[in-house]
Amino acid sequence: MSALQPSEVDRPALARGRPAADADLKSVSAALRRAEFGDRLRSLLLAAPLLILLALSFGIPIVLLLSRAVYDPTIADALPKTTVALAGWNGQGLPVDDAFAALAADLKDNQVKGTAYELAKSLNARLPGARSQVLKTVRKLENADGQAALEAMKSVPFWSAPSTWPAIRNGTHSLTSFYLLSALDMRWNADGGIERVPPEQAIFLQVFVRTFLVAAAVTLATLLLGFPLAYLIASVPKGLAAVLIVAVLLPFWTSILVRTAAWTVLLQKFGLVNDFLLFIGIASDRLDLMYSRIGLIIAMTHIQLPFTLLPIYSVMRTIQPSQMKAAYSLGAKPLTAFRRVYLPQVFPGVMAGCLLTFILCLGYYITPALIGGASDQLISNFIANYVNVELNWEMAAALSFILLVFTLALFGIFARILGLDRLKLV
Amino acid sequence: MLLSPFPTLGERIRIALLWIWCALVILFLLVPILIPVPLSFNSGAFFIFPLEGLSTRWYEMVLGTQRWQSAIGNSLIVAFGTTLIATTLGTLTAIALSDEKFPGRRIVMPLLLSPLIVPVVITAVGSYLFYARIGLASTYAGIILAHTALASPFVVVTVAASLTGFDRNLMRAAAISGAKPLTAFFRVMLPLILPGVLSGAAFAFVTSFDEVVVVQFLASAGQRTMPLEMFIGLREKLSPAITAAATLMMALSIVLLVVANLLARRGQKRPGAAA
Repeated sequence: MSALQPSEVDRPALARGRPAADADLKSVSAALRRAEFGDRLRSLLLAAPLLILLALSFGIPIVLLLSRAVYDPTIADALPKTTVALAGWNGQGLPVDDAFAALAADLKDNQVKGTAYELAKSLNARLPGARSQVLKTVRKLENADGQAALEAMKSVPFWSAPSTWPAIRNGTHSLTSFYLLSALDMRWNADGGIERVPPEQAIFLQVFVRTFLVAAAVTLATLLLGFPLAYLIASVPKGLAAVLIVAVLLPFWTSILVRTAAWTVLLQKFGLVNDFLLFIGIASDRLDLMYSRIGLIIAMTHIQLPFTLLPIYSVMRTIQPSQMKAAYSLGAKPLTAFRRVYLPQVFPGVMAGCLLTFILCLGYYITPALIGGASDQLISNFIANYVNVELNWEMAAALSFILLVFTLALFGIFARILGLDRLKLV
Repeated sequence: MLLSPFPTLGERIRIALLWIWCALVILFLLVPILIPVPLSFNSGAFFIFPLEGLSTRWYEMVLGTQRWQSAIGNSLIVAFGTTLIATTLGTLTAIALSDEKFPGRRIVMPLLLSPLIVPVVITAVGSYLFYARIGLASTYAGIILAHTALASPFVVVTVAASLTGFDRNLMRAAAISGAKPLTAFFRVMLPLILPGVLSGAAFAFVTSFDEVVVVQFLASAGQRTMPLEMFIGLREKLSPAITAAATLMMALSIVLLVVANLLARRGQKRPGAAA
């Protein structure tokens, strides 16, 4: 660049004629843009390591898990010949003999490859009772070929039952809504519509309802216990308020596991809670508080109370006492002033605290696992159980999917109405 | 405050009831976390008051037996690893986010916070599924990675808060004085935001040290942490050793979090502001 050319450092040029000044301004703003671009790039680079790490350690696992809810190629992979044979079948009645022969061949292949048990298990998830039937049929097919194999297939009534082939055909579609529907106690019927499963097979809606009810009960309990305490802390002198707030923060800083452990000790049949109830005469006999719904709700309320209380308190703290005085001086009775002046201002804090507690309760796992009985397990416990005990990843994924949708929807409401700033972490 | 200028009898009664109610709530809050402490010094094997006698046998069991020792060791390895990574990367990210020109701040922040909102079982099961494929299941690295996701939001938020009190002109001044960006960071910015960084580190440590669900899915028998030993102990047989372990964990968490909160408060004060 020659010295005569206007450049961003050539300041005297700005003082010259208009056209030159325009050109200068342009080059200045171009330089500014370049510099800003560099700044942006630098901040992106600074944030990149954590964002990449989170994508790897958190993002991909979640996406992978959720995809298992709708994508399940195990049956299609295990039954390639059957998949082809069923391509032209209209789903009515029984398929042609070719399909039976293809299934016989596929079953034999699986037996040879040693994958018959895996197949039996995944068929069983969609077709109750299929596990034993597959293993039985495989044994029958061992020395049978051609016509003999076909006859062996037909000799097992299970393969000619009306619900068997639609389920197999459904299973050969790798992309499936089967598990998501199952998680809501629904299924496809033979006519291609969606129907509820028979009541004796329905399990999950009950679990979702239970999770919601427990979350609602805990939220209500934390509000009843937390609101008055927050009000008291916000209205006493500073020194006393500091002491009271420590009483709220000490349990808040203790881990969920440790507090659940403390409650298992307290709720024992010969534990302190029962001692106390007997002592003051509320109960005439020792109650079974462990492995019960009431024990679970007590422990969860203890853990969630600070989550509800702290947002309410942080709003109450900002309300000037002079407002209440003004209300009194205008002739309002204490309750009227409380209801008309105080409550409306506290409402956002109450919403924030209650929503936060409700959202967190939906995902509870440790406390129900340790304190709840068999009929108090929440949706998270079912997810863990499908992974640890049933080894049914698809079902765990579908339940996770639905739990996550509820959680994110509620959190969306939270962020929309109250803003992310209310989500105080510290 | 509570009373109207001329309190009636009814109002006085209401306030008395408020105090009684609040006293009961505070008992409800404090008793459960205080009860394990005396029980952990009980010489008997039952959770019954009055104590049979004082003894430190349960602490000797927790600190002295191989099973618990290895759990404590695993907990420390995982928590220190998590703290190191989450604090380093979280601080860098907080610095980036504190720049108003950072593109997509409104998208990045909710994404960063999402590990706190997603139910932890989903995180744990997903990690197990993915890490098993890439060979990270049953490794310390896998547990540390998963814990970093849970802990880093605390670091980002605390450091970001301490950066709101940081005057960026100081960095310009350092640059004009000839400091390279890295020198300016270590000599000017870091000392000023250090309370926030240390507080974030303490939060990260406690998050990892107290976590049990992810560990339950990712750890093999050799990697059981202290919370996991407690969880298993609570399920199988209730031994007073649990109360000793709980007391130790509680003491560590509370001490670290008190320090973290004091530091966070100090870090948010504007450096150089009139006291």
